[in-house]
Amino acid sequence: MTEITHYSQVWAHRTPRARLFMWLGWVALVALFVFCWHLMTENTIWVFVLDAPRQAADIGGRTMPPEWGYLPELMKPLWDTINIATLGTIGGVIMAVPVAFIAARNTTPSATILRPIALFIIVASRSINSLIWALLLVAMIGPGLLAGIVAIALRSIGFVGKLLYEAIEETDARQIEAIEATGARGAQVLSYGIVPQIMPAFWGITVFRWDINIRESTILGLVGAGGIGLKLNASLNTLAWSQVTVILLLILGTVIVSEWVSARMRHALI
Amino acid sequence: MTATAYPTRWKRPPQIVKDRRWRIVLQIGIVVYLILAIGTVEVNWTRVYDGLERGQRFVMGFLQPDFTSRWTDIRQGLIESLTMTLTSTVVGVAISVPIGIGAARNLAPPWIYYICRSIIAVSRALQEVIIAIFLVAMFGFGPFAGFLTLSFATIGFIAKLLADDIEEINEGQAEAIRATGASWLQLVNYAVQPQVIPRLIGLSLYRLDINFRESAVIGIVGAGGIGATLNTAIDRYEYDSAGAVLLIVIGIVMVAEYGSSYLRKFLQ
Repeated sequence: MTEITHYSQVWAHRTPRARLFMWLGWVALVALFVFCWHLMTENTIWVFVLDAPRQAADIGGRTMPPEWGYLPELMKPLWDTINIATLGTIGGVIMAVPVAFIAARNTTPSATILRPIALFIIVASRSINSLIWALLLVAMIGPGLLAGIVAIALRSIGFVGKLLYEAIEETDARQIEAIEATGARGAQVLSYGIVPQIMPAFWGITVFRWDINIRESTILGLVGAGGIGLKLNASLNTLAWSQVTVILLLILGTVIVSEWVSARMRHALI
Repeated sequence: MTATAYPTRWKRPPQIVKDRRWRIVLQIGIVVYLILAIGTVEVNWTRVYDGLERGQRFVMGFLQPDFTSRWTDIRQGLIESLTMTLTSTVVGVAISVPIGIGAARNLAPPWIYYICRSIIAVSRALQEVIIAIFLVAMFGFGPFAGFLTLSFATIGFIAKLLADDIEEINEGQAEAIRATGASWLQLVNYAVQPQVIPRLIGLSLYRLDINFRESAVIGIVGAGGIGATLNTAIDRYEYDSAGAVLLIVIGIVMVAEYGSSYLRKFLQ
């Protein structure tokens, strides 16, 4: 009975060494935070920050009541917004499919040259937000719906491409082998062995991306790429806050509806 | 033998919509929608044609980026973006933890649960850019408004995933801690925290990555950071500087993505 007395009487979660490292980690994080905070707020004008509650109350007062008479005027831009999202998704998916097949390890035609290029396309498209794509495209091909559609399409390539190539890599190799054993050519293997396996994932990804695109296309108008964001920008620039409220509520409604539709469709598919 | 009843040609069975009539209705509906949608897109082809030359210049700028002539602006934008990203992630995660605990059905009483879930819903429903517009109007131009925007957006993301995670913990461990007579705080600290911390760290790193990407966007509406630099470069038609900014953003995002996936693997 006496040999266990040398054990510590108090249970501790970690060894002293681990605790020391954890504390050092926390101290480093806090130090980094304070350093970054100083750098960031170097140029901040604190008078404006302190003024914020008054500004908020002011803006809040102007946004109420919403100017509901503005609603009929918004229907055309809303239709445009939905078109930007839908056509952009279709365009993006069409471009993403070949990229995904090139990026997937089991279907790529050349692993050394084409695959890295496809992966770079995916990363580049994913790291640049659709608003930035729209900014570039408006400067290039002029303001309007087309810039928005192309921006949404370019942004969708990365997202759809990444998820799709992961789905292709996860296909069951035995089914592909069975098709190959019948003497099928490369294209036939693709069509009968791989495509049926990724179809549900493909539709799921497309609908999911469409839902995200509806969300993103509502604000593309801020940089001139058409849709309801154009109206939002106009109302913001003229300080018509009661119209801004109506637009924001409409955007919120559209986003909720699209989320519901996408959830129902994905539920039905998978 | 009546083998003639078998079809001689194999036809691929339909996968998603099984009923033939529904398929036809769906296909016609899609075609009609596409015709209507494409019909309303007005394209000024001469303008597009003029733009192609600019597009070419942009691609050239992308291939020969100019890092030097606007370096001070790019540097300032990058510092703002990076500091904004880190501080907003730290503050956002710090605020999300109590909200996430409050939004977990198995830890919080119903009234707190509903309050926290509605905070999350509001934060998730609003786009970062729209929040940024309002916060810039309130707090003035600059990275401080961006910091607030990103912190607010982080709350919705982290708190929701944390709450879902807490709801899915292994109840056996919580039961064991409860059986020792632990208080609520001890329960959270010894039963819940060890189960969710690895994922919380992973999510925070992922959010750091997202916040950096978003910091490039909210600058367009005046919230500071690299987005402001980019916007200026495009407004001046300096595509080589814009290309440099975009390449830096892509590079940092790639580094962050690989770094965070490596760190997450190391932590789990």
